[in-house]
Amino acid sequence: MGMTMTQKILAAHCGKQSLKAGEMVLADLDLVMANDITAPVAINEFEKAGCDRVFDGDKVALVLDHFTPNKDIKAAEQSRQVRRFAREQGVAHFYDVGRVGIEHVLLPEQGLVTAGDLIIGADSHTCTYGALGAFSTGVGSTDMAAGMAYGKAWFRVPEAISVRLTGKLQPWVSGKDVILHLIGLIGVDGALYQSLEFSGPGVDSLSVDDRLCICNMAIEAGGKNGIFPVDAQTLAYLKDHGAKEPRVYEADPDARYARVIDINLSEVPLTVAFPHLPENARGFDDIPDDLRIDQVVIGSCTNGRLCDMQQAAQVLRGRQVAQDTRVIIIPATQQIYEDAMKEGLFQVFLDAGCAVSTPTCGPCLGGHMGILAEGERCVSTTNRNFVGRMGHPKSEVYLASPYVAAASAVLGRLASPAELEGEAQ
Amino acid sequence: MKLQGKAHVYGNHVDTDVIIPARYLNTADPKELARHCMEDIDAEFVKRVQPGDIIAAGDNFGCGSSREHAPLAIKHAGVSCVVARSFARIFYRNAINIGLPIVVSDIPVAAGDELAVDLSAGVIENLTQHEKRTFAPFPAFLQGIVAAGGLMQAMRTMEGGRA
Ligand code: SF4
Repeated sequence: MGMTMTQKILAAHCGKQSLKAGEMVLADLDLVMANDITAPVAINEFEKAGCDRVFDGDKVALVLDHFTPNKDIKAAEQSRQVRRFAREQGVAHFYDVGRVGIEHVLLPEQGLVTAGDLIIGADSHTCTYGALGAFSTGVGSTDMAAGMAYGKAWFRVPEAISVRLTGKLQPWVSGKDVILHLIGLIGVDGALYQSLEFSGPGVDSLSVDDRLCICNMAIEAGGKNGIFPVDAQTLAYLKDHGAKEPRVYEADPDARYARVIDINLSEVPLTVAFPHLPENARGFDDIPDDLRIDQVVIGSCTNGRLCDMQQAAQVLRGRQVAQDTRVIIIPATQQIYEDAMKEGLFQVFLDAGCAVSTPTCGPCLGGHMGILAEGERCVSTTNRNFVGRMGHPKSEVYLASPYVAAASAVLGRLASPAELEGEAQ
Repeated sequence: MKLQGKAHVYGNHVDTDVIIPARYLNTADPKELARHCMEDIDAEFVKRVQPGDIIAAGDNFGCGSSREHAPLAIKHAGVSCVVARSFARIFYRNAINIGLPIVVSDIPVAAGDELAVDLSAGVIENLTQHEKRTFAPFPAFLQGIVAAGGLMQAMRTMEGGRA
């Protein structure tokens, strides 16, 4: 029986010719990753179990991105523990303030991910790297500890949902709208334990950044991973970022899928996920036109890339943030920060009245750098709008693209960028 | 392994941000995490919960982040087992890896009902409502992890104590 792309990568990592959905396997890992929140728990487990060396220092990445620059004394202690461990263990890919970026933007940028890799990360959005043809998935800290010690992890071989893409996105519509639209269709547990495998003629028209954004939120549909086929764009991206030699796997033509979903990209509307679940997706024809916004956040592992900065600037250029709205812009890595600065985007943001932050997860998880008060509303380019995600349990988060976030910043209410078109800047 | 306790009932999609809010993730100390367990969905939970109690929920329990702090907080709050119609996948593997028993079942439960779970026999009973269900025990591979006392111990055996 044919295998899905994900199943093929798994098979190659446990020395099997073929695998069936539901089988349990112990597979070899190409990279294991954790951050300043999950690494301390993993390090404690690693040490408690009496392990003394990581299996391969070149295949471990530790990224201090969540509560950094250290938000308080406890966070500082956690960072110090990870820093010390990284040094003692000869961890090759350790990123600290000044060199750090948000893990899921940083790893592909630094060329640490290539097609055909099997990667686990102690962070749920590790599923992002599927955009580059890797099988990557989020795990917990004990999995991370075992991964660091033995270079292996257990998996139940997943079934897959096939998402066939046709058509081409309309102006202002981006990868974020595609994934919010898809989660709206299938729900936050629509892909539970399953892979989301994207395919079809529409793939070509999506940039690698769009694909990274789409795979990033596979977990928001409950998915184990999201994955795109490897094409010329992928190979060019890998080459540009100095990634290892890609291993290209394709789904068999007779691969069995649990379900097939067809999406015509040209019909995907600008989409916003209303509180308090990413599945509460709505198009603008279904959005009240007077939803006042207190804060806008543009950043995160979902939409903190250079193209997201450019899209936000495109809307904010020559315009002002509304009087009662505050805007926080967070380039996801040092490289993006520098590129955005050189392109003059910071000037655009500063002229408009935005705050620009050093790379951090910060407000995305309600950590620091932009926490919401009771009753406040935020339009955010992040990926989760659960109760209390960005602050007070009675605050509200609306998930959207950088275009929508920037337009909402200008108008002080949830708004589509199309509303600003033709208006004098 | 047999477990018995009073049920605390929640709905669908109970996410890791309400199980243990991110603002408390600046520590990995299970006792401190336990003090804030379920805080944003049920501020009274930590005051009510008794050792051995059981959490019962709907679909997709534990969705959201990969934080192992979530099952750790639940376990160290004294909860003996979580019963849900389905679990989010990272929560599922974390619970197994740290030894928090979880059961997939759609048995009817109201708040305060007395539940009894026999993990090895695969039977769950609601003693208050006189309902009984069976559930599929874990696959052998996962039973091995649980029997070894957690993933790190199981790996040590499988990999011959290399690390
Ligand atoms: S940006 Fe948000 S979702 Fe992404 S890794 Fe950081 S906290 Fe997680």
